[in-house]
Amino acid sequence: MAIIGDASQGLPLPLPLPEGGQVQGPRAGWRLALSSFVENKLAVVGVAIVVLFLAFCFLGPFVYHTNQLQTDVLDAYLSPGKGHPLGTDSNGFDELGRMMKGGQSALEIGLFSSLIATVIGTLVGAIAGLVGGFVDAILMRLVDVLLSIPLLFVILIVSAHYGASVIRLSLIIGAFSWLVSARLVRGEVLSLRVRDFVLAARTMGATRNRLIYKHLIPNALGVVIVNITFQVADSINFLAILGFLGFGLNYPQVDWGDMLSNALNSLQDGYWWLVYPVGICLVVVVMAFNFIGDALRDTVDVRLRRR
Amino acid sequence: MISYLLRRVAASIVVVFGIALLTFILLHAVAPTPGRAVLGDRASPAAVNAFNRMHGYDRSIWQQFFSYIGQLFEGNLGYSYKLNQTVNSLLAENAARSAWLSGISLLLSVAIAVPLGIFQAIKRNSVIDQTLTAATFTAYSIPDNFLGIIVIGLFAVNLGWFPAEANQSESLVAYITDIHSMFLPIMVLTLTSVAGYSRYMRSSALDALAQDYIRLARAKGLTESAILRRHLLRNASLSMITLIGLSIPALLGGNLIVEDLFNSHGLGLLFINELNNEDYPTVIALVLIGGVLTVIGNLVADVALSVADPRIRIA
Repeated sequence: MAIIGDASQGLPLPLPLPEGGQVQGPRAGWRLALSSFVENKLAVVGVAIVVLFLAFCFLGPFVYHTNQLQTDVLDAYLSPGKGHPLGTDSNGFDELGRMMKGGQSALEIGLFSSLIATVIGTLVGAIAGLVGGFVDAILMRLVDVLLSIPLLFVILIVSAHYGASVIRLSLIIGAFSWLVSARLVRGEVLSLRVRDFVLAARTMGATRNRLIYKHLIPNALGVVIVNITFQVADSINFLAILGFLGFGLNYPQVDWGDMLSNALNSLQDGYWWLVYPVGICLVVVVMAFNFIGDALRDTVDVRLRRR
Repeated sequence: MISYLLRRVAASIVVVFGIALLTFILLHAVAPTPGRAVLGDRASPAAVNAFNRMHGYDRSIWQQFFSYIGQLFEGNLGYSYKLNQTVNSLLAENAARSAWLSGISLLLSVAIAVPLGIFQAIKRNSVIDQTLTAATFTAYSIPDNFLGIIVIGLFAVNLGWFPAEANQSESLVAYITDIHSMFLPIMVLTLTSVAGYSRYMRSSALDALAQDYIRLARAKGLTESAILRRHLLRNASLSMITLIGLSIPALLGGNLIVEDLFNSHGLGLLFINELNNEDYPTVIALVLIGGVLTVIGNLVADVALSVADPRIRIA
């Protein structure tokens, strides 16, 4: 909706048009896209936040050593101070080190599950769009069914039964999150099939495979990439809710949702450091991926408009 | 109109059947036979087998599926062996609270989001629009559970204005009329959906503002407020109908978290308690109900939209 809204207002493109006689190379579309992405300040902020968090979670533990396996109960609920910049939790684990570890699993599951969801969704959408007919009808009814059930409930049930590791939770979240990308890819394929350039390629005698690999996939890629970004944000949210309700990762793994699950008691006891730092991390990471997704969507839109 | 309705209803029935098939598969994947769960860990394997045989769990998967569908047709949603009561009676105990909580929050969030989105569209790209966009974007990115924690921390723990727990009374009337302790749960649920709705409403109103009929209305000299009320509000609100129908699964999810946070006895809390209890017939029946509610919601939204917007009927 937002895309149509922007386009219909006829906002001027901020990009210089090519000089007379200048020929745009075949990859000009992507270069254009990149420059429009970089112009979006929020997107750059988003990328910076994600890079910072990757460094914080994966390189941080090499600089800031904490023991997240053994603990001393006498160290429980220490306030932030010397030795523990963000204090310790109810078991005496260092909160800052725990945030790094929880961030690792959040980012890993966010990325893995989005990749899984995207691969499934792209395949289903492409098959539905290309084959059409009966196969399309069956696949789209399946998507309708899955879109109707509250997926959070299903993911909770399946992870309560099979979950509790990074790989399993990624598979479970991914296996139930491919619906949007399937619909998007199907829509793209259906609309691309009748575009002039595809018709032209077909007229010139391009084979079916060439059409798929040279024209359909590269052009449908844009919406897929946009969707991955939003999916990462959604998956991190899902994981936070799973952990919060007690169906997340098991010891010795850590997830942010689980860290938040005792937040209500901590708040009442005044242990703010067990609640706000990890919650803010969660919000900032999710927001960063949403920023990137929004900017990428505009970017893909620019590329489409120029095409 | 009639043929459109019939087609929509037929498609919904297919989807409901698909939902029933899916919940059956899910039930069989996580809990194929309830014998062990009913008789406990100490029961002998022979007793467990006897129980399963007696209740028909040794039949072929197809026979079991058809008896499951037959039960659903009779309105029987299954039996909770853990709580030793029918799922129907569990629903009767809990559904009204959840329905009230979701319903009042949905009403409030639409009542806030529609004017907010239109206001932002009219003042688009001004400082106030950008501030509001940033605010809704932030609210949109905050997971429901952390939003709830922030609200409780601020209003219940620090300020002490409202209790951190929902009304615990057995009586539904007491639950509904206790605005003081229901204020925070309703507020959290409303905030979670206002963010999404107002973002959507803003872009929908922007679309409507760019249409020819608005230009015509201006050209024939209507006042801005008349354009707003008669043309913009009605047209821009149409897309909200579909969005509300589509957002039912998210509403149910939000309900789950809010009921858990505030210990409010409803379907969401029932789901979490019974999931911890490994009471799979109950939790999967709740999935089925959520799915059917969504299908009905979408159907009602489509019908409402076709009543409100004649263009849909013709297309």
